[in-house]
Amino acid sequence: MATDTVIDHNVDSNQDAWSGGTQPFKASYGKLMMWYFLLSDAFTFAGFLIAYGALRFSMPTWPVPDFVFSTFPGGITGAPLIFVTVMTFVLILSSVTMVRAVQEGHRENKNGVVLWMLLTVIGGLAFLGCQAWEWTNLIAEEHMSVTTNPFGTHTESGVYLTDSHGHAYEAGAEKETFEAGDGYLIHKHEGDWVFREFQTAGGTVGQQEFGPKQFGALFFFITGFHGFHVFSGVMFLLIILINVAGGVYVKRKNGYEMVEKIGLYWHFVDLVWVFVFLVFYLL
Amino acid sequence: MESTDKTIIAPAYEEDVLIEELGYDDHFHDHHHGDKYQSNFVTTYIFSQDHKMIAKQFLITGMFWALIGGLMSLVFRLQLGFPEESMAWLKPVLGKWISISEAGVGTLAPEFYYALVTMHGTIIVFFVLTAGLSGTFSNLLIPLQVGARDMASPFLNMLSYWFFFLAGVIMFLSLFLSTGPFSGGWTAYPPLSALPQASSGSGAGMTLWTISLVFFVVSVLLGGVNYITTVLNLRTKGMTMWRLPLTIWAFFVTAILGLLSFPVLFSGFLLLIFDRELGTSFYLNEIFVGGQALEYAGGSPVLYQHLFWFLGHPEVYIIILPAMGIVSEVLSVHARKPIFGYKAMVYSILAIGFLSFIVWAHHMFMSGVNPFISNFFVIFTLIIAVPSAVKVFNWISTLYGGNIRFNAASLFGIGFVSMFISGGLTGIFLGNSAIDIVMHDTYFVVAHFHIVMGVAAMFGMFAGIYHWYPKMFGRFMNDTLGRIHFWGTIIGAYAIFWPMHYLGMAGVPRRYYSFDSFETFRHFGTMNQFITIAAIIVFALQVLFVINFFYSIWYGKKQKTRNPWGATTLEWTTPIRPGHGNWEGKIPTVQRWAYDYGKDGKEFIPQILPPQEGESEEVH
Repeated sequence: MATDTVIDHNVDSNQDAWSGGTQPFKASYGKLMMWYFLLSDAFTFAGFLIAYGALRFSMPTWPVPDFVFSTFPGGITGAPLIFVTVMTFVLILSSVTMVRAVQEGHRENKNGVVLWMLLTVIGGLAFLGCQAWEWTNLIAEEHMSVTTNPFGTHTESGVYLTDSHGHAYEAGAEKETFEAGDGYLIHKHEGDWVFREFQTAGGTVGQQEFGPKQFGALFFFITGFHGFHVFSGVMFLLIILINVAGGVYVKRKNGYEMVEKIGLYWHFVDLVWVFVFLVFYLL
Repeated sequence: MESTDKTIIAPAYEEDVLIEELGYDDHFHDHHHGDKYQSNFVTTYIFSQDHKMIAKQFLITGMFWALIGGLMSLVFRLQLGFPEESMAWLKPVLGKWISISEAGVGTLAPEFYYALVTMHGTIIVFFVLTAGLSGTFSNLLIPLQVGARDMASPFLNMLSYWFFFLAGVIMFLSLFLSTGPFSGGWTAYPPLSALPQASSGSGAGMTLWTISLVFFVVSVLLGGVNYITTVLNLRTKGMTMWRLPLTIWAFFVTAILGLLSFPVLFSGFLLLIFDRELGTSFYLNEIFVGGQALEYAGGSPVLYQHLFWFLGHPEVYIIILPAMGIVSEVLSVHARKPIFGYKAMVYSILAIGFLSFIVWAHHMFMSGVNPFISNFFVIFTLIIAVPSAVKVFNWISTLYGGNIRFNAASLFGIGFVSMFISGGLTGIFLGNSAIDIVMHDTYFVVAHFHIVMGVAAMFGMFAGIYHWYPKMFGRFMNDTLGRIHFWGTIIGAYAIFWPMHYLGMAGVPRRYYSFDSFETFRHFGTMNQFITIAAIIVFALQVLFVINFFYSIWYGKKQKTRNPWGATTLEWTTPIRPGHGNWEGKIPTVQRWAYDYGKDGKEFIPQILPPQEGESEEVH
């Protein structure tokens, strides 16, 4: 019904955009509501990221992203940030296809909208698939959980006294060394944590310790919340895609505005990922 | 054409003639033959998408919660005023929370005392003064006063109410848990809120509390996007932003505050839920319970306080701004004078809205925040006094020399100004971190915020209810009872909260169940008795109001004319009982600002009346 009230019937050429009876931002009520929802959602994410910052910078150490995120499907290790680069590229590509869908909508080209929305859905699903693999790897292979973080950081350089199974090195074997700031992962051996012993350059003997719990909790929480947004986005895209294919928006003759609205949401979710990517993977 | 037929049948109203002549035809009734939205009982009264019905739903639900919250305060006031008296007579209602000794003396359980205080705060702040106040009047007045058929999205508007209703149901259920509702204070600070084993209410009670408030946040956001969009996009022709009534400005800024602050509370609650349910350590550091170290490490309870008060401070303006808008309108109408300093009023609303986002840590002066950071927050807190004082000055100047009609609505408007001054002045004490070190967590704080945002906002709400009651129900409330309600309430409210300032300055801490073991506070016993008796009387007067309210729906004096108060705004140009869509034919256009009272020898000039020859538009 609201759409009825905003149709401009009186011709009054001297009206400015704010004098009433018009849309001051030249955006329909639906688009405005999407913008305001995104604004509030941005504040939700900002709340999380500020919590992340507050907790991270109150910790003496924090896991090194280049070390934590260095695995790639197919058993490849030592490939820092390669997998997340692929993920990010896929997500940003899905924004490009979304732009094309909106463009075809403005041209009232139904088949074009269907094609590009379909590609966007595939992009979104591919991103979710990547995230699922990343989570599985972290949880099942590296044993990180919301309460336990096996990724620690050396604060001093030194040399290990025990090998990765927790046994003392045999005489004459070459001992592994490490530098200050190097990350390490505490492995599980036959179901038990193996905390390797080491001696620092200063002569102190110590053993590996779990990293700050908040790393795992924040990682799963924030990327999970973002992933939930991507998932909902894919669901909405699918619903609208079905409507588009069914010709629901042909009659409205408003340049497939519904596609544009879900497009706004989709770009927002990509933008949020840029920040999540920044704080978890780059900083 | 159905619409034109109707106006020809009823030409008796000059408003209709004007609207027919100058309004514009949006073909509303061509699209909506009859009313497809309200065809049966369920779509009319329950899942209604009509903003006026949703407003009534918010109002009546809010009144229900106000009575519950008020009754809770009476129970804990009885404990504070008469700790020696037996409460055995409450056993039938409160059950196991009253323990009866062998001598037959009933005592209120201390943990239930805390639960009552917590629920009282939560209910009044969120359900009564946020949903009940802003939900009611934003819904009722935004479409009517900007000249729209309804909200931008009536469907989301309906969802907004039902999410609120659901939040209420969940909170209500928590009252019946065997371990009781949440009892760690309405601010739900960790660790009491984060550790399920911390207190009896921290388990299931807190779980329901968080679920309830998450739904509540959804409700506020759905309402907020609607209010903002409606004000921006659905204003009728000629309704520029500078012609909006101050009510609309206030609701608009309130909605923006809610839209930007509630999501942060949402973030904070989600992290809290993780701490509670999944064992994370966002807010929890090393904790020992019964000599056993818990698994938590490295979290920060102060982080929660920051996230909470980033909502919490704007929240007090979410509560008071709608009341300010309502009072501005009510005072101007009943003083028969234009509001003094219209633009200054708008700018001060905007200034208060902006400043409310950068003062939150003044709630945390004693939480261990850096004193240098406190300086920043002190300065901006005190600066809020400037726009607030501008508003007070303008209300008083509006009344000055006015031809004031002293009815219940205007009396509550004047009472609001009185309360806002009294409570605002103590705010300047507390906003100062040096004084707050002494005053924090005493009854001085309790007195301050109850006067400035509890009683004042309630007064704004009463003013609005008495004033717009005819718009809602086509009848008037009994004004004599209304005036008794006013005088009893304002005297009673001061009788309750004025003495609390002295208690606070003497150092009496808030949230204490009993002061028996403090020799210093023993002589305040009679003062506490006095406060309790005043509270009972004030509550009885609110019952009188509720009776008046419901009696008048069916038996009140009928509204005979469309514009009984002689007001200028658009809501009084609709039929006495407007249907869905508000205006029967065309939508009125707006020709002038909202406050042309006493201009050119006329008592008032409605906004729909075009400028007469030689008339200049009011410069304000």
